Parts: sequence; structure tokens; C-alpha cells
Amino acid sequence: MAEKCEVVSQTGMEIAIIEKKMETRIEKQHRIIGAEFMPDENLSTKGNVMNKIETKNVQCWYGDFHVLRDVSISVEPNTVTALIGPSGCGKSTYLRVFNRMNDLIDGFKLEGDVLIDGKDIYDKNIRVNELRKNVGMVFQKPNPFPKSIFENVAYGLRVNGVTDKKLIADTVERSLKQAAVWNEVKDNLHKNALGLSGGQQQRLCIARAIAVQPSVILMDEATSALDPISTGKIEDLIADLKKDYTILIVTHNMQQALRVSDKTAFFFLGDMIEYNDTKEIFNNPQHEHTRNYVGGRFG
Amino acid sequence: MNNEEEKTLKNNAFKVWAVFATSIGLVMLGILLVKIGMDGMHRLSLQFFTSLPSRRAEDAGIFTAWVGTLWIMGTTALIAIPIGIGAGIYLEEYSKKGWWSNFLEINISNLAGVPSIIYGLLGLEVFVRLLHMGESILAGSFTLALLILPIVIVSTRESIKAVPKTLREASYALGASKWQTISMQVLPAASGGVMTGIILALSRAIGETAPLIVVGALTYVPFTPKSVFDSFTVLPIQIFNWVSRPQAEFLVNAAAGIIVLVVITIVMNGSAVLLRNRWQKNVKW
Repeated sequence: MAEKCEVVSQTGMEIAIIEKKMETRIEKQHRIIGAEFMPDENLSTKGNVMNKIETKNVQCWYGDFHVLRDVSISVEPNTVTALIGPSGCGKSTYLRVFNRMNDLIDGFKLEGDVLIDGKDIYDKNIRVNELRKNVGMVFQKPNPFPKSIFENVAYGLRVNGVTDKKLIADTVERSLKQAAVWNEVKDNLHKNALGLSGGQQQRLCIARAIAVQPSVILMDEATSALDPISTGKIEDLIADLKKDYTILIVTHNMQQALRVSDKTAFFFLGDMIEYNDTKEIFNNPQHEHTRNYVGGRFG
Repeated sequence: MNNEEEKTLKNNAFKVWAVFATSIGLVMLGILLVKIGMDGMHRLSLQFFTSLPSRRAEDAGIFTAWVGTLWIMGTTALIAIPIGIGAGIYLEEYSKKGWWSNFLEINISNLAGVPSIIYGLLGLEVFVRLLHMGESILAGSFTLALLILPIVIVSTRESIKAVPKTLREASYALGASKWQTISMQVLPAASGGVMTGIILALSRAIGETAPLIVVGALTYVPFTPKSVFDSFTVLPIQIFNWVSRPQAEFLVNAAAGIIVLVVITIVMNGSAVLLRNRWQKNVKW
């Protein structure tokens, strides 16, 4: 009899241990989503921590082609910054510096400092996957995965190790609501995302980006493939998301830059010509190139 | 004759030539099918599928041959699919583009054109003798796997290449690693094309005779294999065997065997085409 008791208590203990393990696992998963961007404790902090993003003398090359020369900008948290300029001026390359998307291109080279929250994101101790979780991106052409709407939003959580079903379902719903697309898709969550309209797809892509709780969102001409009504919805969304995120947009639409951004940087042939409050850039440009471009004389 | 008339004449002449060229292939296939059908159709029966080889033509069947073909195909697929897909992924996703990858690409394309008997000789030396596999299913399967690897590799590469860059970028931008991106996005998106390539490769392997003869399948096998280390025979070799007999009755058996082989090949190629069409229809980036 005593023997039996011992067996029972032993199993009880095992169960307790397993439960504890599960608890810590779920806690860890919550931390994955909620995590602040902490690349490495011993990474030194450079620059002004008040700035969300700071670049100092950034230069970029594709092979021998010098795409960006000496770009220095600082961006405050919870603002929208517009990058404008004619095609081929380097603004998209500059945007992709912040989530190291350019690294995927053979022959890309960068010099200078790129700081997010005061940490150099090109430091060799940075884990690029973690950086990209913290710096979300929305692309020019809506690019949902050929999967269900639900799986599109859940993907970022899954690849970052979240397996808790309830947590995933809650996050998917919250993200879709925040991206103002929930009401249109809530009854079709398990239908293929490719069946949505372009505007809905793009808002789904925004939901997908914010599901992993980044602190910065990059938008690369995110409305250029959309009709005016969808564009309007996304612009409203940008104004709304500003509360929680720092947003950088690349746009060819002057009116859009004027409508949504706090600051604007004008790029021309690889140089950052002018960076100032958006109103100043449009009403009182300091450089001739800027004046000609925002005035619609070239571009 | 004025210019317009000449143009019309040339136009029609070329059309006639094109129709003629197309029909040559079809007519030849038709004649073959009709001839074989007339010769062998009446021989097809349950007994033909369940009988062992025999000295008496009317008792002989293809039981050992189709079971052997099944074994060989299964083992070949198990060897060629993981290696072929792995190599395709490496070449498309990991290897740096440069002279080395060009060199590999040219060589893999060349391998697809090497006569199959050469693969047989390689298999005989390496698998049968050097690795002591003997005249077994394993040796035959490795040989056929080598033979079809270039097809699997090239089709894997092509279908991976067709997956748009935007899909990869979307995955990376969410913090996915390279392997997560490949296994969860790129491969599923490319799977239709990869499957098509695999089926086409296997349907080539199923008709191969020469390399298997060289590695020693041309022996009288009165039993079905129990493991990959047993000796074997396959359908095309059984057919070859019967054709080379002097008695006319065995030619009937050969014709019936050919019908079975042709049906299998048509079914495999047909499903490859169906799969490809469905895949292309579903892809609308």
C-alpha cells in the first residue's frame, strides 16, 4: 500500500513539473509578442536615446554603384516620416536599411551608423531575424501569402515560436481590428487571402506586420497599387497607428506626404537634399531641387 | 505572281508542313498502339498479372516483373526525391551566383543528356562492385536515381525560381529565418512544379532497360523480392526477354507487357500534366 502511495505522489510531482514547464513556455510566448527590442545587453548605446531612429553618414553600394551618399537623419518616436524623391533616388534603399532587407541582395554594402533605440543595428551581434520582428514592413504591391487570412496574420507569430492557440487567435483578431479590416474579413478568416480586393490585401499585410508587435513600421509606396478609396483608408490607418508606432513611408504622391507625415526627407540621385518638417518642405523649401520637385516641375 | 499571292502561298505551304510534321508523331504512336493492341490485348487477363515466368508462353505472366518495377520505382523515388529537392534548393537559394554555380548548372544539364547505358556502367562499378550491393534492387535503384536526378534538380530549381521575390520578402520581413521561409513559403508555393518534375522523372525511369541490364537485372528471377537486397526483374526487361525468344507465342506476351507499360506511362504523364495545369491555375500572385 505504501509503495502505491509513493508511486502516486511521484506521478503527482511529475505532473506539477510538467505544468510548471508549460507555464513557463506560455509565459515565454507572451514575452515573444510583447518583447521590447533587446538585441544584446552588452551592446553599447550610441547617440541620442530620445530619437527612435538615427542614421549617421550612411552610405550604400550595390556592387560598384553608389546608391546613397552620406545620409544623416534622426526620427522621433510616434511620428510619420515621408521619404520622397524621383525614381532611382535611393529612398527605397534607405527605407530597407532599417530592417536590413538590402542584405538579401548580392553585393550590397553599407557604411555609417544606423541606430534604432540607440543601438547599432548593423553591429555583428545583432540577430537580424529579431531586428525584422521589431521593424515591420509593408510593401508596394500587396503580397499576402497564398494561405488563409488567419494564417497570414498568424505566420509572424508562428515563425517566432508562438504555439499557444488562444494567444494566436487573440492576436490575429486584435491585429485585424487595428488594421481596420476585421469587419470585412471576420466571417471568412479561413478563406484564401488572395481572394480579397487589393485594398483589403494591403490592410491584411499591415495587420500581419503589426501582429508581431514591432515598434517601427516601414511602408514602401504602400498605396501606389490601390484605388483612391483604399488609399484613403490606409492613410487614416497610418494616422491612427502613429499612436503606437514610429512610421516611415516612401511615397510618390506629394499630397499623401503632405497629408500624413510630420517630417519629410527629399532625396535626389543618392543624396539626401533636405530634411525638415513636412510643412516647411512643401511651403518653404530651401533647395532648388526640392522646390522644383514638390512644385511638380520634375519627377 | 504578285507579292500578295506569293505571301499567301508561302503561308499555306508552311501551314501544311507544320500539320504534316505534327501528324508524323501522332500517326506513328497510333500505328504502334494499334499493332500492339491487336497482338497483345487478348492476352491481358488476371492470370497474366499473377503468374510467374514460365517456359510455356501461355502460362507465363508478369507477376515478378511488375512487383519488381514497384520495388524499383519506390526505392528510386525514396533516393532521388530528397537528394534532388535538396540539391535544387541549394543551387537556387544558397549557392552564390558566380562561375561555380554556372559550372554546376551546365554540368547538371549535361548529365541529363548522358546515355543511360553509361549510368548503368557507373552503377555496376560503384554500387554493385565497389559498395558490394550486388545485383540487388538497391543497386538498380541507386543507378536509376542517378539517372533521374538531373530532371528532379532542374525542375525543382525552375519551380523555386518561379516563386516571386515578394513572397520571400514578406516572410523575411516578419522575422522568419531562411529555412522557415524556404520550408513554410517557398516549397509549398513551388510544390506543384516539383511534383510534376518528380512524376515525369519517374515515368522516364520506369521504361529504362539498359542500365538495369548492366547492373544485372537480366537474370531469371522465379520469385518476388522480399527486401531491397534481393535480385529482381522489371517490366521492360521482362518484355525484352520475351521479345528475344524464338517462339511466336512469347511475342504475344511481350505485346501484352508493352500495353501494361504504356498504360502506366500514360497515366503518370497525364497526372503530371493535370497537376501542372492545376498548379498554374492556382498561382495568381
